[in-house]
Amino acid sequence: MAVATGNSFASRFGVHIAVLVFVAIWTIPTLGILVSSLRDKNQIIASGWWNSFASSTQTEAGRLPAASAQIEKDGKFVLEGNIFGDGAARDISAYGVKSAAPTQYPAGTTADLGDGVTLQLNGDGSFVMTSPKAFEGDRGQRIYYASSAPPKFTTDNYRTVLFSEGIGRSFMNSLTVTIPATVIPILIAAFAAYALAWMRFPGRALLIAVIIGLLVVPLQMSLIPLLKLYNGVGAFFGMPSKTYLGIWLAHTGFGLPFAIYLLRSYIAGLPREIMESARIDGASDFEIFVKIVLPLSFPVLASFAIFQFLWVWNDLLVAMVFLGTEADQIVLTAKLNALLGSRGGDWEILTTSAFVTIIVPLIVFFSLQRYFVRGLLAGSVKGG
Amino acid sequence: MAAQIFSAIFVIIVGVGGCVAYFWGANRLVDLIFPSRGVAGAAAIDNLRRQGLVRPWLFVGPAMIILTIYLIYPVVETLRLSFLDRSGINFVGLANYQWAFGDREFRNSILNNIVWLAVVPAACTFLGLIIAVLTDKIWWGTIAKSLIFLPLAISFVGASVIWKFIYEYRGEGQTQIGILNAIIQHFGGQPQVWISLPFWNNFFLMVILIWIQTGFAMVILSSALRGIPEETLEAAVIDGANPFQIFWKIMVPQIWGTIAVVWTTITILVLKVFDIVLTMTNGQWNSQVLANLMFDWMFRGGGDFGRGATIAIIIMIAVIPIMVWNIRQANKETGGH
Repeated sequence: MAVATGNSFASRFGVHIAVLVFVAIWTIPTLGILVSSLRDKNQIIASGWWNSFASSTQTEAGRLPAASAQIEKDGKFVLEGNIFGDGAARDISAYGVKSAAPTQYPAGTTADLGDGVTLQLNGDGSFVMTSPKAFEGDRGQRIYYASSAPPKFTTDNYRTVLFSEGIGRSFMNSLTVTIPATVIPILIAAFAAYALAWMRFPGRALLIAVIIGLLVVPLQMSLIPLLKLYNGVGAFFGMPSKTYLGIWLAHTGFGLPFAIYLLRSYIAGLPREIMESARIDGASDFEIFVKIVLPLSFPVLASFAIFQFLWVWNDLLVAMVFLGTEADQIVLTAKLNALLGSRGGDWEILTTSAFVTIIVPLIVFFSLQRYFVRGLLAGSVKGG
Repeated sequence: MAAQIFSAIFVIIVGVGGCVAYFWGANRLVDLIFPSRGVAGAAAIDNLRRQGLVRPWLFVGPAMIILTIYLIYPVVETLRLSFLDRSGINFVGLANYQWAFGDREFRNSILNNIVWLAVVPAACTFLGLIIAVLTDKIWWGTIAKSLIFLPLAISFVGASVIWKFIYEYRGEGQTQIGILNAIIQHFGGQPQVWISLPFWNNFFLMVILIWIQTGFAMVILSSALRGIPEETLEAAVIDGANPFQIFWKIMVPQIWGTIAVVWTTITILVLKVFDIVLTMTNGQWNSQVLANLMFDWMFRGGGDFGRGATIAIIIMIAVIPIMVWNIRQANKETGGH
């Protein structure tokens, strides 16, 4: 018996550890960009984000003052000062004068630069350079040093991407695309779903089958014909072919099969008695739909709205085909994709932009998870 | 920008108002043309019947029109375009298909797609199932599930940036800021440029989709597991089955139907995978897939609609078996309702 309890304790412990590992693997990637987006941009490239609470060491370059700042002291010419000026002091551990050997001399030691010229750089950034001959030229000595800076967190990255990288504008564009593209399909789908669930007409079964078939038709099938159609319509009316109206309708079209499918299966499950008693009281289909079906269907309408919102907000393909790439039309996902190309190594820009693009879905998702899960279950357990 | 916001609000009002006006107006119109109240009995019954004939079509009409324009017509048109040349004017027969199967890039894409299809649905379903079973046993399972579910809300592009940061490469001996290379270097390994490693780079892209979709599989399978009757599990425990036997011989067979649904859903998603490949590699280093290749041909050199359409048709052909299965399944369930 004791063995059995011990065994089950060990196995229960194992389950906790296993789940912890899974949770870690699934959250660490997102945590990485969140932490990085809040770090100083020099520190992002100097140390891994998991070290962001430790001081980071980085190699920097500077220039000593020009010859005009020299003073004569004891027959020698001297340049004195602090390379950090009045700026934030960092701890210097080593320095050098050649880019190939930026940490040749430990801080506080005197380096012999030849011809009797000596340089000493101290840990706090103060330096003394002496020479038996007068310094010349209006460019000072190039100097390299390894400094360690305390952890620095900042919201500067957010300010930069929102206001100068165009992410703020794209955020508005994404909202402009998403909200109408979420609202418009709901009503259209709800009426169709009611008719398919509760009205009798020839061809209904066929229509349902067609809609279930359309559920899985790849978007790729629609792109070229619609692009041609939009170009044609645009040319015919002398309008641009890439418009918000165009993408609203496109998202409506692509979202409709799922909307009708999801709403129909829910509406078909509403109790028959309610409909029939309303009908006996003389209510028409229209009244039944507006006064009974719509209010009762609120949960499934919410589910669909969340789905459609997330899908449209996160979409890249439709936006790239049906919207332009100018500042007034480019949505967040497309902008992020463009930044990946143009700002490839600038992780402070990329991580911050990425976090801005995912923050809205995360909020929607966390606050409305219940509806989301319900929709997921209704939408996939039964078929598609 | 203000104009843009106003136009969006305006469209919401006009769009929703238009829908309401249409449905209400059309409904009124039917009532006016075929009055059922205030007319003689026989005529009222006649008119009611006519109303019943017309009204359903008013309800499904707008949806049918939009579906026809945005999905049904394009399917037919894409099929037609796949037999035409790049301009979409001259008939070329099967030339596009011949080109496709002779093209190195296309064959590479098909091959990669097959690997994606073999790995991603299986990995998501398997991991999702394991996590669903494990989280069911612990008190903080709901929180754990929530966190694993979270990537499902993240866009493929966002996820690509997240993982690109993980795969970030710096030369050997330098401070690695990508966590994967940092771990490798910490244990004395050699840092790698993961997304350009021949063949294996595909797997590093697949990881992203698995990371996103496992939560989906987990939620669906978790709810199916809850549906297994307690008695079955208890009986198995009494009969002395160990946890592995319970899992493989009792749980898995009972939720087989749900596993199939999860598998097919992710399979369809994999066939359409585009964003991840576009943002991570854009098909370089032999990581191309069909959906991205199709997008590429839509615009390459001014766009070759014939070839683009052909690739779309090939993706569609892969989807058709699942489509047929779905329709059959739905017919069985509704029983013609």
